[in-house]
Order: sequence, then C-alpha cells, then structure tokens
Amino acid sequence: MALLTAKGLFLGYEGQSVAENISFTVEPGDYLCVIGENGSGKTTLIRTILGLVKPLSGQIALGEGLEKNQIGYLPQQDEIQRDFPASVEEIVLSGNLHHLGWHPFYRKEDRARAKEAMEKMGILHLAQHPYRALSGGQQQRVLLARALVAADRLLVLDEPVSGLDPVVTAEMYSLIRTLHEEGMTMIMITHDVTTALSEATHILHMGKTVFFGTKEAYLEQEKGEEQ
Amino acid sequence: MDKLIMYLQYPFVRYAIIVGVLIALCSSLLGVTLVLKRFSFIGDGLSHVAFGAMAIATVLKVSNDMLLVLPITILCAILLLRTGRNTRIKGDAVIAMISVGALAFGYLLMNLFPTSSNLTGDVCSTLFGSTSILTLKPSEVWLCAVLSVIVITIFILFYHRIFSVTFDENFALATGTRVDIYNLMIAVVIAVIIVLAMNLVGSLLISALVIFPALSAMRLFQSFKKVTICSAILSVFGALAGLIISILADTPVGSTIVACDVVIFGLCYLIGRVKK
Ligand SMILES: Nc1ncnc2c1ncn2[C@@H]1O[C@H](COP(=O)(O)OP(=O)(O)O)[C@@H](O)[C@H]1O
Ligand SMILES: [Mg+2]
Repeated sequence: MALLTAKGLFLGYEGQSVAENISFTVEPGDYLCVIGENGSGKTTLIRTILGLVKPLSGQIALGEGLEKNQIGYLPQQDEIQRDFPASVEEIVLSGNLHHLGWHPFYRKEDRARAKEAMEKMGILHLAQHPYRALSGGQQQRVLLARALVAADRLLVLDEPVSGLDPVVTAEMYSLIRTLHEEGMTMIMITHDVTTALSEATHILHMGKTVFFGTKEAYLEQEKGEEQ
Repeated sequence: MDKLIMYLQYPFVRYAIIVGVLIALCSSLLGVTLVLKRFSFIGDGLSHVAFGAMAIATVLKVSNDMLLVLPITILCAILLLRTGRNTRIKGDAVIAMISVGALAFGYLLMNLFPTSSNLTGDVCSTLFGSTSILTLKPSEVWLCAVLSVIVITIFILFYHRIFSVTFDENFALATGTRVDIYNLMIAVVIAVIIVLAMNLVGSLLISALVIFPALSAMRLFQSFKKVTICSAILSVFGALAGLIISILADTPVGSTIVACDVVIFGLCYLIGRVKK
C-alpha cells in the first residue's frame, strides 16, 4: 500500500476552486517533485495534504501506518515570522511537540532527537544563536532540522530554496538528496523544472493540464508535445 | 525612606505591593505572544470591554466587581478571537465596534445611574487606575493572588506549546497540535490578565503594562526563553518602582508604573543600540 494516495482532489478556499482533479500516489522511498506556475495551487495542495485546508472534494488517504502528525513540514518562507526572538535550538526542539503527549516539558530523548537533526543539517554550532540573525540558507536548515525532528518517514518541503543564492541552493538540494538516500520519502515543491528532473523520481505537474507519473514518463510526454 | 517604611507598616500597602508584583508578572508573560501574534488589538479591545463591564458592576453595586467583569471579558475574548479568525478584514471593524461601544455604554451607564457624587472621578479612576490597588478588600486581594498563580502555572505548563503556536501556527497545526484550543486558552488568559491589570493601572493603560516589558526585553535578548524571563523581571521591577514612587511622591499609581515601563523601554532601546 502507498504511503499517500490522493484521488480526484479538487482544491480551493471557501468554495473558490484553485486546482482540479488531482490524483497521485507516493510510495515509500519516492522523491516527488511538484512543479507548476505561481498560483497553480502547489502550496494549497501541500496544506491540504497536511490537513490545514479541507479539499473541496476528493480523498486523501495515508497508508503504511503513517499518521498525519508524522509528516515533517517545511513551510514556504513567507509564512514564517522572520523577526521572532528565538534561538535555533528552541525552534528545532519545537518539532517534538507532538511527541510530548501530556508532558509539559521536553525530555532527554526529545533533546537528543533535536541534537541529531541539527548535527545532520550542520547547524549544531549555531544551536544557541538567534534565528533572526542567521543567513537565509542557515534559516532554511533550521526549519529543515525542525521538520526532520517531527518526521519519521515523510518530509514535505514547500520551495525550500526560494530566495537562496546558487551556491547555497546547491547545498540545500544535496542535503535533501542525502536525506532521501537515507530512506526519507520526499515531496518537494519547486518551480525549477531542471532541478526537479535531476533530483526527483516522480513528477506532479499542476496547472491547466495535470500530469502525474515517473520522471521518465514526464520526459516522454514533453517530447511528444514538442513534436 | 522613613516615609516608605512607615507606609510599609500598613497592611493595605503591603497587599498592594504583593498584588502589584503578581499582576506585573502575569501581564508580562504573554506580552511576547501578544506582540508577535498581532493579538495586541484584541488586548486593546478587551480593555475597553472590561471598562464597560466595570461600569455595569458599579451600577449594579456588585460586591466584588471582578466576579462580573471577569466572565464578561472572557466571553468577549472568545468572541473577538472567533471573528478575528474567520473574517480577516471585518475582524478589525468588529473589534473597534465592540470596544468603542463598550466605552460609550459604560460611560452612559455611569452617567444615568451615578453611584457617587464624584462621577468624573469614578470614570477617571476606572480608565486610568486609581488608588484602588491601595483600597483592595482582602477578598479581592485573594482573588487577584489566586488568579495570578493560575495564570503563571498555565503559562509554565504550556510554555512549549505557546512558543510553537506563536512562532509558527501552521507547523504546529501540521504536527497535530490543537492550535484552536491553545489560541482559545491564550485569549482567555489574556482576558484574565486584563481584568487583573485593571486593578493596577486602569483600563486605558493595560496594553502598556502588557506590551512594554516584552518590547524592552526583545531589544536585549534573542531567544524566547530569555526574552520571557527578562520581560517578567523588567515588568516586576517597573511595577515595584512605580508603586514606591507613587507612594512617596503621591502620584497616581497606574500612570507612574507605565511611566516607569516607558523609561525602562528607553534604556533597553539604547542598550540594544549600543550592543549592536
Ligand atoms: N488562504 C487563502 N485564501 C484564499 N485564497 C488563497 C489562499 N491562499 C492562496 N489562495 C489562492 O489560491 C491560489 C493558489 O495559491 P498557492 O497554492 O499558494 O499557489 P502556488 O503555491 O502554486 O504558487 C492563488 O490564486 C491564491 O491567490
Ligand atoms: Mg506556493
């Protein structure tokens, strides 16, 4: 059974349709890139998967025992408060919130999990630094570390490299690739088609025509259209 | 100094100082959340509602004002939160309507059913705080103390959740946090704090008491924990200084405390500048 199955999804806000008839599946170990123009509903799709927005119609099913709160989420940049007074560690720790249950405070294992994630993202030395003083790339690593703390098997990344310079962008993609190679299933939004085609295993193209399939099938179809 | 020691011998002065410190502590805790979540408008609206409720309590001659003012303010907090969420732009208008309406009705009620000969004095003391902190009855002191302790306990127990919901509501929601419940809790706690703070500084100055210490602390520190602790300390310090000065110099309690908070903010602003 697939980790995530979407069938005939209609997305939108308060009856206003944003995207129509979207179906796709995500198997464990997949790296799905969602591409499409600005405003085509990519963010809305992610928010619907996470349960932040209700679909107008259609179904989303999680499989393989995956719970909704085990999905790690990296929001699009403009949704975060940049000038918030918080240390890197405080933010990464907050990925543990749903592990807390009835405990009021984080336990040893929560702190260990946060430390491990910061180590993986190469930001352990910044743990006590203020988030708002970091560079854009470092801030994204912090948010990725937080997503990693929250996630067990599936990461959902909404434009993780927007606003970053080319060098930092390449670093970010390589970090994500490493996580994928270590067994994490990925859903990543990007409007950089070249990257999508070099990194992903599957492509979901949103817009007037909706495409879902493997990267190879996507290339075939593009070729077909050109001729 | 002698004057201060003499005053400290009166139990009501000691009560006032204990209650003042507790209220200052409470009001500073949620300051950061209020500022950053743009909940401050709710705080402002609520303080006006509290004034209206106070007027009703005065007219009805309720023995303990807070027993009436508290539920009304909490109810309005919940209402404001709801409208503020659902309709983005209209939310502001609703808040303005409720708060200005409450002010007008409050004043009207106090005019129609004057309970004392000194109406302007009554209104003024409700708006700007009076010496009421010095005239609290033991039952009110106890209520204040109990509510303060409840607020502080809730804040400590839910500290990490409040942090997450304040920093990134979407992420918290995505990982299965009941954000709506915590928002409700924050709104109710804000209502309680406002009613408490009304005793100390009056309803027009409440926002200052809540927001200034947080803004000051944010000038000095960069982590949520440090900012929270620092704003608690600054708030308590400001309240103590304000209370003592007002006793010695015979100035109005509320505005003296707020003046102290403003001076502290100015100092923190300068220190923050120099540190950079
Ligand atoms: N909270 C919202 N309420 C109503 N409409 C929205 C909301 N968020 C986004 N939209 C609209 O939905 C459409 C798709 O937006 P979005 O999913 O962010 O696109 P993308 O991420 O692909 O750029 C846009 O036209 C946008 O204006
Ligand atoms: Mg988007």
